[in-house]
Amino acid sequence: MHHVVLEQWSRRAGPVHALDPRVKLGVTLLLLIAVATKPAPTAAQFAAYAGLLAGLVLAARLPLGGVAWRAGIVLPLAAAFAGMSWLAGDATRAVTILLKSYLSVFAALLLVGTTPIARLFAALERLGAPGSLVLVLQFLYRYLFVISEQAQHMRLAAGSRGALDRAPRRVRLRAPAGAVAVLFARSSRRAEAVHRAMLARGFSGHIEPVTPLKLGGGDILGASAVAGVILAIRFGL
Amino acid sequence: MPGQPLIEVVNLRFRYEDGTVALDGVDFRLFASETVALFGPNGSGKTTFALHLNGLLRGEGEVRVCGLRVEKRNLPAIRRKVGLLFQDPDEQLFMPSVVEDVAFGVLSAGIRPEEAVRRARRILAEVGMEHACERAPYHLSAGEKRRVALAGVLVMEPEVLVLDEPTTYLDPPGQRDLVALLGRLPQAKVIATHDTHLARALASRAVFFEHGRIVAEGAVEELIERFGWDACAGPGR
Repeated sequence: MHHVVLEQWSRRAGPVHALDPRVKLGVTLLLLIAVATKPAPTAAQFAAYAGLLAGLVLAARLPLGGVAWRAGIVLPLAAAFAGMSWLAGDATRAVTILLKSYLSVFAALLLVGTTPIARLFAALERLGAPGSLVLVLQFLYRYLFVISEQAQHMRLAAGSRGALDRAPRRVRLRAPAGAVAVLFARSSRRAEAVHRAMLARGFSGHIEPVTPLKLGGGDILGASAVAGVILAIRFGL
Repeated sequence: MPGQPLIEVVNLRFRYEDGTVALDGVDFRLFASETVALFGPNGSGKTTFALHLNGLLRGEGEVRVCGLRVEKRNLPAIRRKVGLLFQDPDEQLFMPSVVEDVAFGVLSAGIRPEEAVRRARRILAEVGMEHACERAPYHLSAGEKRRVALAGVLVMEPEVLVLDEPTTYLDPPGQRDLVALLGRLPQAKVIATHDTHLARALASRAVFFEHGRIVAEGAVEELIERFGWDACAGPGR
């Protein structure tokens, strides 16, 4: 599964991994804004962004092919919007949508592939994101996989009974609809149980981060260098 | 029994919002160094009773823990004294990494992060899970999850352990390891369980729940025989 691989990547050691997550978050945000706010980047700009990201992936000692392949997950979604532009007769815009989406997801993968999720949440909180929002994100990340596992089990259970294969479409559609309802009810019950478990261990409304974040001169220097390159590409090329 | 009871429950009654009577006049006492098994059919009130022991549920009647009445102002102290291990470890392990999860309780109690992490690592070593400190809880096996959940309870240095079906989801070697681990812990224990092997190995006495009441108490073997509570034996009574 993608999240398992990303988590393994994020726990490796390397110069990009060692950077404070706050500066990585800031630089990623800068890159996303730079890519998104240029209406029609030139081919040289796209190539420069791609070169910068590839260089960072290699510096982080992550597999370039693996990151590039996983970033492609956005392409089917982006292709829908690109297709509309293509049909409207704007082929350049269609290609721009595809490339911008791909580069943005590539940058996000680089961030999560070099930063353990706990440090990312700690960075968000230290940067002033509302504590309750970070808490919700944390739980979403933690339980999304538990719920998706439950969904897989339910799909297997439905498949193992097989009868639905020959049922009319109306009946077949009722099964996933019912499964979604059951998943929702189970998730709600689990949320209550998790809250209870938190209370049992003295939860008082706020989770203290245990991960110390230390912003050093090297972090600022490294982030400034990458930010400088991004700005140079955005405004220079 | 010598001394004051660690837990004293007098005429405890509890009704869920839908009107279901879950506890109907329960009297119970637990003394230091004792391990008491709670037997009874599903829905007989064992888990509801366990949730009253550190104030997660509050019904009519009286519950005292280490001399403290279970009421709002005493809850932080009571939750430090009574460690509750839930049936489903996925509900108990909600933080992004193992060490953060184990440190959660002590951080909530106001201990500094460095000290909380130090304690968490020490307890993880005691339960044989020091190698998993940085791992995400959902990557652990059922037995590992159970050990980590137990570490999250033990790090609070409780005087009483309340365990709800602790051997659920464990394979026989996992059950054996857990029994050995629990047997080494000096705390008084209340164990809600259907597992007669666990009860025989650890409990000094047992009580039997039926329809929200304790209908019998005595030696573990005596209750197992009287109620036919052994999966491989014939019906009792």
